[in-house]
Amino acid sequence: MNENILTGELVRLTAFDIELISEAESRWSRDSEYWRLQAGDAYRPYSAQASKQLFEKFVKENDSTSFPFIIRTIEEDRMIGEIGLDGILWNHGDCFVGIGIGEREFWGKGYGTDAMNIILRYAFTELNLWRVSLNVFEYNPRAIRSYEKAGFTHEGQVRAALNRAGRRWDVVYMGITRQEWQSLNP
Amino acid sequence: MEIKDPLFEGKTIRLSSINYEKDAEIESRWTHDPETMRLLRPEPVRPLTPAQVKKKYEAIEKEEEESKSLFHFTIRLCEDDRLVGIARLNWVDWANGNAHLSIAIGDPADQGHGYDAEALNLLMNYAFTELNLYRLSAEIVEFNEAGLQLFRKTGFVEEVRRQQAQNRSGQRWDVLHLGILRSEWEALAGALEHE
Repeated sequence: MNENILTGELVRLTAFDIELISEAESRWSRDSEYWRLQAGDAYRPYSAQASKQLFEKFVKENDSTSFPFIIRTIEEDRMIGEIGLDGILWNHGDCFVGIGIGEREFWGKGYGTDAMNIILRYAFTELNLWRVSLNVFEYNPRAIRSYEKAGFTHEGQVRAALNRAGRRWDVVYMGITRQEWQSLNP
Repeated sequence: MEIKDPLFEGKTIRLSSINYEKDAEIESRWTHDPETMRLLRPEPVRPLTPAQVKKKYEAIEKEEEESKSLFHFTIRLCEDDRLVGIARLNWVDWANGNAHLSIAIGDPADQGHGYDAEALNLLMNYAFTELNLYRLSAEIVEFNEAGLQLFRKTGFVEEVRRQQAQNRSGQRWDVLHLGILRSEWEALAGALEHE
């Protein structure tokens, strides 16, 4: 009860400072691979100003149904990505989670999985939600493995939903219920 | 399929636009029927006044205009133009050729006449031959048996099952995502034409 629920092993989740995240997102959005791994809409680079307008609009319109955070390393307090719960349907306790590690040097080292573990704890023990959903692209096996490690199970695939690099790809749906999370985190 | 073939006319119903004065009264009545509303939307059921419904129409038309990714139709009887339902394509993802589709018949007395099947066929035809999309998705909660039956019969296949995603009447229910590809629709539509 006295632990800081937003702190994990490698990272902590911090306030969603729109100025900071807009600047970072503009930098990360120059990396088309990063973009295509975390967003389904057509790739284009965003200026910090355009990014800021989008975030401001999103936060204003979704204040009661979304909880976004900036991911920072514990060791150097470096901003490496973002994570958030959104589309919360309070009557059902269902929501979606989205994550992006914009700083490439932190890929594949457990930072994303750690952030996911923190936000699941937040979803189930602070917001008291019933389940968390996500979708991920077929061509992103590193993310799929990370979500499996956090306890997500496969719930199906939307066939041929993406058209990228000249071919069609499925969108993979995964989910975790509070019961499943509790049995993994007694 | 020819250019002169009507896009919005079925045998007994047609797809049309919103009529602010007439439709708001009818849709307000629909929102007072929780059983039907629960089949259609995940949001908490809540009765709306005709004035609130009109405000919703303004928001819909604004979104259609600004986002270019929403196509909202009313379903009306051919014989007397009476409003019986809503047919929508939303979240149109142009780069990937994907959209979500929903069909609602608001009054239980209007269900069971095949209006939903006709509207679904018109909407699919519009999505695949006018918007030139590649695939369509629909989300249906598992207790909506009639809805599931309609979509399955029309050629949609179950792609995703989000376990326990809804809580209604003290029970947990799965939400199913169904999908159909244009190639599948063309094969089915071709088979029908040759019957």
